[in-house]
Amino acid sequence: MPSLKKQPMSEQEVDKRIHNFDEVALGYTPEQAITEAKRCLQCTKPSCTQGCPVGIEIPAFIKHIADEDFDGAIKVIKKKNNLPAICGRVCPYENQCEKFCVLGKKGEPAGIGRLERFVADYERKKGARIPEKAGASGKRVAVVGSGPAGLTVAADLAKLGHDVVIYEALHESGGVLMYGIPEFRLPKEVVRAEIEYVKQLGVDIQTNVVIGKTISIDELREEFDAIFIGTGAGLPHFMNIPGENLCGIYSANEFLIRTNLMRAYKFPEYDTPIKVGKRVAVIGAGNVAMDSARVALRLGAEEVRIVYRRSEKEMPARAEETAHAKEEGIKFEFLTNPIRMAGENGWVKQLECIRMKLGEPDESGRRKPIPIEGSEFALDVDTVVVAIGQKPNPLIAKMTKGLRITEKGAVWIDENGKTSMEGVFAGGDITTGTATVIEAMGAGKKAARAIHEYVSR
Amino acid sequence: MYRIVAKKELAPAVKSLTIDAPLVAKNARPGQFIIVRIDEKGERIPLTIAGLDVQQGTITTIFLEVGKTTEQLGRLNEGDAISDLAGPLGNPTEIKNYGRVVCVGGGVGVAPLYLVAKALKDAGNEVISIIGARTKELLIFEDEMQQASDELYIATDDGSKGHHGFVTDVLQELIAKQKIDRVLAVGPTVMMRAVAKVTKNHNIKTVVSLNPLMVDGTGMCGACRVTVGGETKFTCVDGPEFDAHLVDFEELMNRQRTYITEEKVALERCGRCRH
Ligand SMILES: Cc1cc2nc3c(=O)[nH]c(=O)nc-3n(C[C@H](O)[C@H](O)[C@H](O)COP(=O)(O)OP(=O)(O)OC[C@H]3O[C@@H](n4cnc5c(N)ncnc54)[C@H](O)[C@@H]3O)c2cc1C
Ligand SMILES: Cc1cc2nc3c(=O)[nH]c(=O)nc-3n(C[C@H](O)[C@H](O)[C@H](O)COP(=O)(O)OP(=O)(O)OC[C@H]3O[C@@H](n4cnc5c(N)ncnc54)[C@H](O)[C@@H]3O)c2cc1C
Ligand code: SF4
Ligand code: SF4
Ligand code: FES
Repeated sequence: MPSLKKQPMSEQEVDKRIHNFDEVALGYTPEQAITEAKRCLQCTKPSCTQGCPVGIEIPAFIKHIADEDFDGAIKVIKKKNNLPAICGRVCPYENQCEKFCVLGKKGEPAGIGRLERFVADYERKKGARIPEKAGASGKRVAVVGSGPAGLTVAADLAKLGHDVVIYEALHESGGVLMYGIPEFRLPKEVVRAEIEYVKQLGVDIQTNVVIGKTISIDELREEFDAIFIGTGAGLPHFMNIPGENLCGIYSANEFLIRTNLMRAYKFPEYDTPIKVGKRVAVIGAGNVAMDSARVALRLGAEEVRIVYRRSEKEMPARAEETAHAKEEGIKFEFLTNPIRMAGENGWVKQLECIRMKLGEPDESGRRKPIPIEGSEFALDVDTVVVAIGQKPNPLIAKMTKGLRITEKGAVWIDENGKTSMEGVFAGGDITTGTATVIEAMGAGKKAARAIHEYVSR
Repeated sequence: MYRIVAKKELAPAVKSLTIDAPLVAKNARPGQFIIVRIDEKGERIPLTIAGLDVQQGTITTIFLEVGKTTEQLGRLNEGDAISDLAGPLGNPTEIKNYGRVVCVGGGVGVAPLYLVAKALKDAGNEVISIIGARTKELLIFEDEMQQASDELYIATDDGSKGHHGFVTDVLQELIAKQKIDRVLAVGPTVMMRAVAKVTKNHNIKTVVSLNPLMVDGTGMCGACRVTVGGETKFTCVDGPEFDAHLVDFEELMNRQRTYITEEKVALERCGRCRH
């Protein structure tokens, strides 16, 4: 009878980790991995696989681990997933594969995500190998954006023998993996190694190319047989309340780009500064808000508060991230909505808020927050991070005539990932708004199949 | 890597770099800018495109050394390379035949104004230009502006050349003399604010090119947000040019001061590494 509990994974101690950007979760040892793998029942009709958007043969790779054949395990994973060390760290597996694992009925599900991370790390330390590729097809595909969606499309098409060029606007590839998710959750060395693997498959990555500006979609269409747009949901929402443009108020994107992409936490060794005061308020309660709060703490803030207009139950962040944030001492102001930011000498000084109560469920199924009259109060702050979500990046839509856009500003696609323009496909956050890494990769896989069919027709 | 093919010193602390960037040169238009990052540890900074040569595949940018990155950039020479350069970013200047246009340039802002003035002239406008600097030595692009304009006026703060005083004094005289259909101003924020004040009284449509702090330059971070007509705009994608009479200049100047302390630290460090 297997244990009801997952093998625990060791973590960096709380009082140490709040002062550094090193990874919090430390991964399994080989012994722990083997023990965990042995918990898997090797179901003949595994239910776990339906929860993986890229279709990893989960029991097969776990079996290899149980048999101490880690090379065999990574081979199974890499048939479907080109970025396993990333997924093993940031995939919300509690809502994906592990949600469907039969072990979850009586106890904890098999630690699929942790096992995936373990074998991916094992392979990276050994040096990744290159799988066989199909012969050159002579077809050329342009991929716009190097986030998880773009990297997946590119890798899959390269394996099929197509000539793929990725165009990335920033100076470094990886999308949110590079600029958004902090080092302590996803070390950039890990992201770089997985991107290196995609390059070794023959994918050419051109950074500093802003499609729609440097090169237009129409120009790309002249040169390539097909195009994939994976430009993500990079446009930050603001609250649109008075005082929001005072100094000391950041969008989560700016706060995280400065820290992760530009390494502002190493200023002045790196040139890009960031300014975090003693008292920080982060507005919002998703993954992005948790990341911002934990970054603020590591940048030296004494008191960091999450300000959220609904209650704890409605928080969109992963339970694991919220738990980490709480352990680290992040405070939570639930049922609280900012209404104004007040400043002194141009700097933010107070966040004026109103308390909320929950009313009837709204269209998202969550109970709608309603302000409680007369409950206004002010929090003393010197830094505010607005983390209330991002919209699909509008740049390409604005610069490309004939591309159909939905009411929400997303690029419209059909069930195969085709846009309204001949030969142009899209997927990931640009078509859905902010979702998850693995959903973006799933969309990339689907589009890669459709593009392969399209260019081979 | 992006190779520097030519370097010039135009005035003390004002340098011009011509950089190999064929993709950028191909689609660039007057009024647009680039973002550069010198090396792996560098900051991303925006610089306006002051010249381009599609055949050679080069663009030219002219900058004033004000801090760590621009000083470091100024120390590079022909043959050196910078690690990153992205563009052309922002919207090009709207070029039409407006009639009589006044182009006002201050300091290093004169350089990017040149391409705009030339394009306006080619579009059939009567172009009158006013360029200014603190002192004679800091005046740049005088010959170029002379060529691109029907009339050229000069103003220096210390009176060492042309009008003794501000560009806005000259602008006021011009407005008193004749009908002006449009004004464009590029330069320090205080200058653009002063120009906006003058033209507002006379109801002359005025366009300014704003220079807030930026990070990505593609609409992702909101560092460059400014209030225009009561609405928040992102300068890098909605601008950089806006209707001067609607811009909240106080807010812009306040936000530009965000990192004053850090900028000093960076500059001092860079001064030390020079020796
Ligand atoms: C802070 C943060 C934390 C998150 N945490 C998690 C998590 O723990 N787990 C999880 O599953 N998901 C998480 N997410 C969500 C997840 O990262 C995204 O859903 C995913 O990255 C979307 O992938 P994508 O490829 O569609 O777009 P992105 O990752 O956004 O990549 C798009 C890329 O396109 C580039 N680009 C944009 N416009 C252009 C252009 N015109 N030309 C060229 N290039 C362009 C961008 O620079 C970017 O590199 C998080 C998101 C954020 C912001
Ligand atoms: C769209 C745009 C186009 C620009 N074009 C030019 C140009 O053609 N030539 C040129 O010389 N400069 C231009 N600038 C300004 C230039 O980007 C800054 O001078 C540069 O970023 C300073 O970097 P630094 O590290 O040398 O100095 P820092 O140490 O960062 O700053 C020193 C001083 O410069 C100010 N400053 C810093 N960043 C900016 C910024 N982005 N904009 C304005 N002031 C800033 C600071 O407030 C401080 O007073 C432009 C700015 C924008 C937004
Ligand atoms: S990629 Fe995500 S969903 Fe798929 S098996 Fe791995 S952790 Fe589960
Ligand atoms: S459902 Fe759970 S126990 Fe069954 S094969 Fe999948 S991971 Fe193993
Ligand atoms: S510079 Fe980041 S949005 Fe404009």
